Amino acid sequence: MKDAVTHYCQGCGHSVIHRLTAEVIEELGIADRAVGVPPAGCAVLAYFYFDVDMIEAPHGRACAVATGIKRANPESIVFSYQGDGDLAAIGTAEAVHSANRSENITVIFVNNAVYGMTGGQMAPTTLLGQRTTTSPAAAGREVHREGYPIKVSELLASLEGSTYIERCAVNSVRAIRRTKKAIREAFLTQMNGEGFSMVEILSPCPTNWKMSPVKSWKWIDEVMTPYFPLGVIKDSRKGSKKDAG
Amino acid sequence: MKNKEKRLMRGSEAIGEAAVRAGCACYFGYPITPQNELTEYMARRMMETGRVFLQSESEIAAINMSLGAASTGVRVMTSSSSPGISLKQEGISFIAAMELPCVIVNIVRGGPGLGNIAPAQSDYFQATRGGGHGDYRTIVLAPGSVQELYDLTRKSFELADEYRTPVLLLADGMLGQMMEPVVFNDKEILPEQLPDKPWTVKGAKDRPSRFIRSLLLDVDVEEEQNWRLYRKYQRIERREIRHEEYYMKGAELAIVAYGTAARIAKAAVKRCVEKNMRVGLIRPISLWPFPYEHIYKTAETVKHFMSFEMSTGQMIEDVQLGVKGRAEVLMYGRPGGVVPTPAELFRVISRAYNKIAREK
Repeated sequence: MKDAVTHYCQGCGHSVIHRLTAEVIEELGIADRAVGVPPAGCAVLAYFYFDVDMIEAPHGRACAVATGIKRANPESIVFSYQGDGDLAAIGTAEAVHSANRSENITVIFVNNAVYGMTGGQMAPTTLLGQRTTTSPAAAGREVHREGYPIKVSELLASLEGSTYIERCAVNSVRAIRRTKKAIREAFLTQMNGEGFSMVEILSPCPTNWKMSPVKSWKWIDEVMTPYFPLGVIKDSRKGSKKDAG
Repeated sequence: MKNKEKRLMRGSEAIGEAAVRAGCACYFGYPITPQNELTEYMARRMMETGRVFLQSESEIAAINMSLGAASTGVRVMTSSSSPGISLKQEGISFIAAMELPCVIVNIVRGGPGLGNIAPAQSDYFQATRGGGHGDYRTIVLAPGSVQELYDLTRKSFELADEYRTPVLLLADGMLGQMMEPVVFNDKEILPEQLPDKPWTVKGAKDRPSRFIRSLLLDVDVEEEQNWRLYRKYQRIERREIRHEEYYMKGAELAIVAYGTAARIAKAAVKRCVEKNMRVGLIRPISLWPFPYEHIYKTAETVKHFMSFEMSTGQMIEDVQLGVKGRAEVLMYGRPGGVVPTPAELFRVISRAYNKIAREK
């Protein structure tokens, strides 16, 4: 990490996830090979914090940009860092097809159930009943109008090409430890040339959820995880016995 | 393959082979007619040479894969046709903003909308005015023969690297399908022979980390970046204008046409000359930068111009900008994928020429 103060709001999960990713990169000794692709979204300025090579991607296109980098320079360790709007709405096609090609890249997918940077609009992962600035009805997001929240990890796990997919959270010390381990597994998957890996991280957005940080941690446990269950969603690596996909 | 070898080639193959011989390491594309022959050629040749060919899920993905690959410093090409090029425009804007080299081929088809797959020149505005959002330009080269498809593809890679900017090669299905002899008058370069670029993101080994971005939230910084790009575009305008003249000596009427239209115009102009009409042709080869200055100088003596385009008239605006009111600018165009015959154009030119002669 660079010696910089982040622009993230109080209680936001991004800074924790940045740190975990950076720690894993350092511990695996791949900092001099790592290339990160930050999204359009709250993490767009990630290149001010990560002390590795980075290149910005147009909104939703991080998986395509990462594909180009990895194909052109296979020695690099390429990761995209994407939010739910970036990966699961505008960038769905790129994510699906990168996973399907078993593109040897790692996706850090931050799911906070809302468009953060643009001010709290409904995301593809916004939960049923969740009120946002663009699902303002008293009943919040409703199926008949806005459809269902997308379970991206399960969706990508259904593709033959995806190799390692785990869903974690960063709302407790235990969850944070688990997330770090998952990020490590994802990078190891890439380092071993085993194909597409993704870690979905349920992350608090107290500002747009209009909650205190502590309450937003609870909300992840009480509302998010029942719909987005934590755990290894898919592991089809050689020698792995945990293939749930 | 030896140098100076002469081969009968299809236009699309000439582009592909020129790219391979220019050391293009990555090609990304998505099927769309009438440019599939190029994608298929690249699939075969890139596989043979052990380089990267990837059929993407969309034109949007293809241009962004190109962006990613370009950021590692390798030579990259993508190709498509009109509707697909529209989809690539966001990516092209990013590539221009991030100052990455990339070659983009547009085998233009009839439009707007889905249009048809026939040869057209209706993407001139999109190509020469940036195409996507923001204050930027792309170099646009318009070959008029299979040999030129070959030569200008090579040139596109060189210009893209020199100026770190996207270069657009503008052709159409007629040029792509046409078979003509091609001389390989260049030296083949392998991707690994190309010099290392000092701005790439390949991992921060033995150097501080870098990032490539286009987001500049500070308006002063963004303004300076825009001026910086502008100065680069001025440099390109000073150095990279290309055009050809045909029977312009003593001409009283100058036809201005590029690409396929210029081929038709050449035949028509030749017939005019044979009939003792003082008609010539100016063929812009670079559409951006456009040969304004040359047209302005020509308009000192030539008082009648005719823009001839396979569209309702787009380049005519540049001809007018070049002429600056010094001469009359006529227009003859056939949009929608219609390819006029030299005989048709000859009749049009004769009529205009006789009218000019009568009014003198």
